[in-house]
Amino acid sequence: MPIESSAQALVPQISIRNLNFYYGKAQALKGINLDIYKGKVTAFIGPSGCGKSTLLRTINRMYDLYPGQHAEGELLIDGENILHGNVDTIALRARVGMVFQKPTPFPMSIYENIAFGVRMHEKLNRSAMDDRIEWALTKAALWNEVKDKLKQPGTSLSGGQQQRLCIARGVAVKPQVLLLDEPTSALDPISTGRIEELIHELKSEFTIAIVTHNMQQAARVSDFTAYMYLGELVEFGKTDDIFVKPKDKRTEDYITGRMG
Amino acid sequence: MKNSPSKSKLGDLLFFNLTRAVAMLTLLVLAGIIVSLTISAWPSIKTFGFGFLTSSEWNPPAEQFGALVPIYGTLVTSLIALVIALPISFGIALFLTELSPTWLRRPLGIAIELLAGIPSIVYGIWGLLVFAPVFGEHVQPKIAETLGEVPVIGELFSGPTFGIGLLAAGIILAIMIIPFITSVMRDVFELTPAMLKESCYGLGGTTWEVVRNVVLPYTRVGVIGGVMLGLGRALGETMAVTFVIGNASLLESPSLFMPGNSITSLLANEFAEASPGLYTAALIELGLILFVITFIVLSLSKLLLHSLEKNSGGKHVG
Repeated sequence: MPIESSAQALVPQISIRNLNFYYGKAQALKGINLDIYKGKVTAFIGPSGCGKSTLLRTINRMYDLYPGQHAEGELLIDGENILHGNVDTIALRARVGMVFQKPTPFPMSIYENIAFGVRMHEKLNRSAMDDRIEWALTKAALWNEVKDKLKQPGTSLSGGQQQRLCIARGVAVKPQVLLLDEPTSALDPISTGRIEELIHELKSEFTIAIVTHNMQQAARVSDFTAYMYLGELVEFGKTDDIFVKPKDKRTEDYITGRMG
Repeated sequence: MKNSPSKSKLGDLLFFNLTRAVAMLTLLVLAGIIVSLTISAWPSIKTFGFGFLTSSEWNPPAEQFGALVPIYGTLVTSLIALVIALPISFGIALFLTELSPTWLRRPLGIAIELLAGIPSIVYGIWGLLVFAPVFGEHVQPKIAETLGEVPVIGELFSGPTFGIGLLAAGIILAIMIIPFITSVMRDVFELTPAMLKESCYGLGGTTWEVVRNVVLPYTRVGVIGGVMLGLGRALGETMAVTFVIGNASLLESPSLFMPGNSITSLLANEFAEASPGLYTAALIELGLILFVITFIVLSLSKLLLHSLEKNSGGKHVG
């Protein structure tokens, strides 16, 4: 479902074509067609089990870890079909970062939590690494809170701080795309607000895809919204259009709270 | 409803005291064992003092007793067992939790558990009649030709190849403790939250990087616990070791090919024929020493865990 051209040119970073996804024999995604535009925030909404998280996990091939799950169709990132068997998933995941429902700091210090991911892909000397960590933590709006305690364990931070640490960790690898899988579902409203502000700032440098249960959140943070239902993409368009004048009855029902 | 609070309070009180009583009983039994071992070993402790630990002479007719050979045998065989079993168990547990296809997980897991269920005397007989001859004839010469030629550690792999001896005992012990270490490792590896592992994979981590940097740090308490369980078992294992260690109170060369004695094998072999008096007291003192060794191993593992915890990450699953 390509979007009619608007004033500024939209460049698709991710193009999804006829994507089907299976958990064993059960089909979870049915013929998805969608563009995720560069430097924009695309939100995926829909009731539980509609396949929005599955779609996100297809983009970085996370499903590869689990036998029996497979995808068919095309998922192009900068023109390259990453569903192809011989794609280097490790390099792919360095280009496509992910943040999860709950904060998942690694069992190591705040500094190491970030340095660790960077080290898997780049060899930096000590001062370059220090700079990278400051840069990533600043990007995640966490630097001022943790700069004096980088040696403390990541688990010692509050939930909201931990989630921003996870964002910093993803950003530090300098991916092109950030996938956020309900990143605020375990956070309080204030922490949620900070993460949402962060998403606004990050989109200048990263293409962001966010799955959320919270429709207000989708309306607040995203430029484009995709409404999914039972494994199908029901409607995709500019967030303003989707929330103001949805074309599909099912989208309207979900947004107005009559379903979901 | 009026008397129900006091009723439940009474129940709580009863339950509290009951659980406390059984907990205290454990301490009492422990203390009782230490005290009775010490009393029974007293004649030997009085006669030989600390010399008991450093003398390698074990001569019952002359009533000369020293525990160096069996202490050495116990420590060395357990160490060999650990050195062999640790990487193998780690590999098996890793394969079972991270790499194995789903259909292979169950049968392989069950096979490992069956291995743990084999009585130790079966390991002993198999070790003596099947393993040791093959080991002495085919494997030991090859070890002597390769590792035996390496400077410094070559000494450990030299001399006649009997089959039975310290190395054979260590290997049999390794086979016996692999299932224990493996199943503990597998269980704790499985406790690592999938989301935490996915976070590392999501940054572009390889399976090895995920295990090394996420699974192992997260589960280190459990892993060390499993290793200590295995080590404790190796230190105390009697029957299988008695069959294959060679039962010789000799300490003439550092070679691991030499027959030796462990504390447990010496006790098993000689307890029945020991005359009351100094001989029996010396044997009981050996038991006390084994007790102390186990205690030291346990304390060291606690210390190790404590320092690991201080260094990073706080408390984790175990």
